Amino acid sequence: MTDKEILQSYLLRLADSDMILGQRLCELCGKAPALEEEMALMNVALDLVGQARNWYEYVAELEGKGRDADQLAFLRDAHDYRNLLITEQPNGDYAVTMARQFFYDVWHYFTLKGLVNSSDERVAGIAAKALKEVTYHLRRSSEWVKRLGDGTEESHRRMQDGIDLLWRFTGELIQADDVDQQIAAAGIGPDTAQLTNDWRGLVKEVLQEATLTPQPDDAWMYLGGKRGEHTEHLGFILAEMQFLQRAYPDAKVW
Amino acid sequence: MAEWSLYEVFVRSKHGLNHKHVGSVHASDPAMALENARDLYTRRNEGVSLWVVPSSAITASTGDEKEVLFDPSEDKVYRHASFYKLPDEVGHM
Repeated sequence: MTDKEILQSYLLRLADSDMILGQRLCELCGKAPALEEEMALMNVALDLVGQARNWYEYVAELEGKGRDADQLAFLRDAHDYRNLLITEQPNGDYAVTMARQFFYDVWHYFTLKGLVNSSDERVAGIAAKALKEVTYHLRRSSEWVKRLGDGTEESHRRMQDGIDLLWRFTGELIQADDVDQQIAAAGIGPDTAQLTNDWRGLVKEVLQEATLTPQPDDAWMYLGGKRGEHTEHLGFILAEMQFLQRAYPDAKVW
Repeated sequence: MAEWSLYEVFVRSKHGLNHKHVGSVHASDPAMALENARDLYTRRNEGVSLWVVPSSAITASTGDEKEVLFDPSEDKVYRHASFYKLPDEVGHM
């Protein structure tokens, strides 16, 4: 791959991960456990969709094929999607939703902190804007993990179940592949070893405060999202998300 | 959710001098109330500062006291500063 293709590939992971998690969260619109939570969740979801748009627009420019952000989001099939597997996992109960959000937010936060200093100015600019939003996302999800973990007997059990259920998808967040390494080496993205350490450090700190038990670092992990190998859930998400664009291409009138 | 209590939310807007009551949120504790208030009442760039106060901490006047409390002030126009000529330098009053 050329340097430009590597950058596109890396940015597509950021874009797709934001897009799919945003879509997942939007499924809770009208169904969240409390009105206040619903508003907060939709804020997070729309932040993520907005960030996805910014990354997609840059990817579209780089590839120079005349595609735009909408086409990248709505006209690619699952095997072309490069989102992290954790983002496509179902919402489950609220503890699962928050466990997913927390694991992702920690990764997202430290990734963006690295990207803010990117040698690519455009990347640094998009990241700086996103970091403000994600700092708040992380604060919210950390608080929920602590509240549920250190709450009642039942909330503790559910939160621990959520952590255990999703742990297998966290390896992908911090296990660097060739693209991650080359992006780091080019000074575009975060140092991969530091990202791993930061992620593990903060996750353990919050889980400990939440009286929850992490699983071992060397637990068996699902990988593949970054290569376009997805769990069965992604196809269903795309079917719903892309329906309108597929059925009524470029629909202009509602 | 059943145990969540109610908090009153006050927002100070960019150009406002004081916090204004904007509504209420449910939350399990003050920290969560602040976050919920942020998400409900400052989404459209409304504020620069937030207060949340437990609704239970508010002592309110009741409707049947209305006449006793408020009617007597109705005919006391001299309490309004409308009889004074304000110098321009005073500005807002």
